[in-house]
Amino acid sequence: MYAQMVKTASNGVKSHDEMSDKERAFQGRIDADEKIEPKDWMPDDYRRTLIRQIGQHAHSEIVGQLPEGNWITRAPTLERKAILIAKVQDEAGHGLYLYCAAETLGVSRDELIEELLAGRMKYSSIFNYPTLNWSDMGAVGWLVDGAAIMNQVPLQRTSYGPYSRAMVRVCREESFHQRQGFAIMMKMATGVAAQKAMAQDSLNRFWYPSLMMFGPPDADSVHSEQSMAWKIKINTNDELRQKFVDQTIPQIEYLGLECPDKTITWNDEKGGYDYAQPDWNEFFDVIKGNGPCNKERLAARVKAWEDGEWVRDGLLAHAKKKAARVAAE
Amino acid sequence: MTRDEALFEFLLRLGDNTVVLSHRVSEWIGHSPVLEEDIALANTALDLIGQTRFWLGLAGEVEGKGRTADNLAYLRDAWDYRNLLLVERPNGDFGKTMMRQFLFDAWQSLMLGKLLTSSDPRVAEIAAKASKEVAYHLERSADTIVGLGDGTEDSHNRMQAALDDLWDYTGEMFISDEVDEVLSTAGIAPNAASLKEEWEELVGRILKDATLTIPDSSYAHKGGKSGVHTEHLGFILADMQFLQRAYPGASW
Ligand SMILES: [Fe+2]
Ligand SMILES: [Fe+2]
Repeated sequence: MYAQMVKTASNGVKSHDEMSDKERAFQGRIDADEKIEPKDWMPDDYRRTLIRQIGQHAHSEIVGQLPEGNWITRAPTLERKAILIAKVQDEAGHGLYLYCAAETLGVSRDELIEELLAGRMKYSSIFNYPTLNWSDMGAVGWLVDGAAIMNQVPLQRTSYGPYSRAMVRVCREESFHQRQGFAIMMKMATGVAAQKAMAQDSLNRFWYPSLMMFGPPDADSVHSEQSMAWKIKINTNDELRQKFVDQTIPQIEYLGLECPDKTITWNDEKGGYDYAQPDWNEFFDVIKGNGPCNKERLAARVKAWEDGEWVRDGLLAHAKKKAARVAAE
Repeated sequence: MTRDEALFEFLLRLGDNTVVLSHRVSEWIGHSPVLEEDIALANTALDLIGQTRFWLGLAGEVEGKGRTADNLAYLRDAWDYRNLLLVERPNGDFGKTMMRQFLFDAWQSLMLGKLLTSSDPRVAEIAAKASKEVAYHLERSADTIVGLGDGTEDSHNRMQAALDDLWDYTGEMFISDEVDEVLSTAGIAPNAASLKEEWEELVGRILKDATLTIPDSSYAHKGGKSGVHTEHLGFILADMQFLQRAYPGASW
């Protein structure tokens, strides 16, 4: 999930009686599965929560370029390099759609970027983990994009129109990402011994962090209910995590790899796997900024932004000159 | 030098230009000044990789020793690379990267234009595919050069510095040798020197719009086309070839 622990901008769910007439009508539209559009009235808390969620999602796409960008110049064949570049380029495109969706709520892209660079807005915890061998390009596509899809497919039905439409476009590309990731894993898992070792090493490092992408267990998640009532969160963290585990375990077996969670067992009663929780202390550490790459990831974005200032200023100044010349003619 | 030997050399020159430049451009992905540029730079890098696969693929075919485009890209050392020194220059700031791109795009668009009528249909076919992409690259890099050259004082100064720094690496494009002679006689490719005038005209026009001054120097660093490179190429290859070299024979 690219938006984790998004704090809902209200305390608890308002009951029908606590709502104003406008709020009741608004909730009625959502309950009837109508889309809310930018010009429609919406509660301030709905708007604020969405800005946080879409902004965090957009930031994740942008920062998410970095771990994979790390291997672009070392991609092993021309074809792999082209596929990887196209994938990272898609992520930048996802960032664009999402910033545009956020802009319809009255916040500019630059404002959101400033919040990110100042450390006041977050991005997904997963991108604070390093990519250490080529197989990580497979594991990221397969597991990280795979986990993102779990969350984004239902979000295509989210109540806010522009967000929902952005998700439709994003999902189309994400499934390609997951497939190409799995294709790399297949190559690695069926390759020479060193490649198999890389594949196993990737899985070992990305398994638990991928589970963390869905956010803390429902019992510890305080922000969900109102967001679910508003349909900006569709499933609970645990539901999605379970779905992800159930989908991924057979794939791990198919690859002939070993899941780092040795407790995995099929539970007939619930029709899903029982699995071990990731280390939630590690998760909170990463969220706080202590993950292996937090500092580098943010520093890379800050540097790109600061180094690029003269370019943005220069192009803007030129556009103004040009407009003035046209006006003078 | 036989015709096929000359053609092999020439195709390496084309394919090595694109593989090295795409590598350089791809270094920017995720680090550029604005999101739209991340996307555009990725696009350029992708186009150049596509062209590399065509040029080096054909080079392997012409050579006739069973080498693929990947073999040629990943398993030759620097002295066997035939790219212009210009494309291996380090990225520098965004302005320098775009200046390098512009100087190259202008040359490449003219070269491909001539190759459209190559007597070798395989060459003409690749040129037809690539020239559409390169026309777009040129349009974009020229716009950026003008925008930043005629932007703020700071951006102007940076673009002038970029031009000053790269100018001495442009002359190599127009140095002809035996390869050119053999291929131009056969009608396969133009003589390198024959592109000079048009290039100067094109580049001069854009640089004038950009309010930039062409350096007063006619010195040309050279060697790339015959395999004598700058110190930078070795590091590019070290990155690029790492996996192929570390795990010989593995399939990716
Ligand atoms: Fe994405
Ligand atoms: Fe993706």
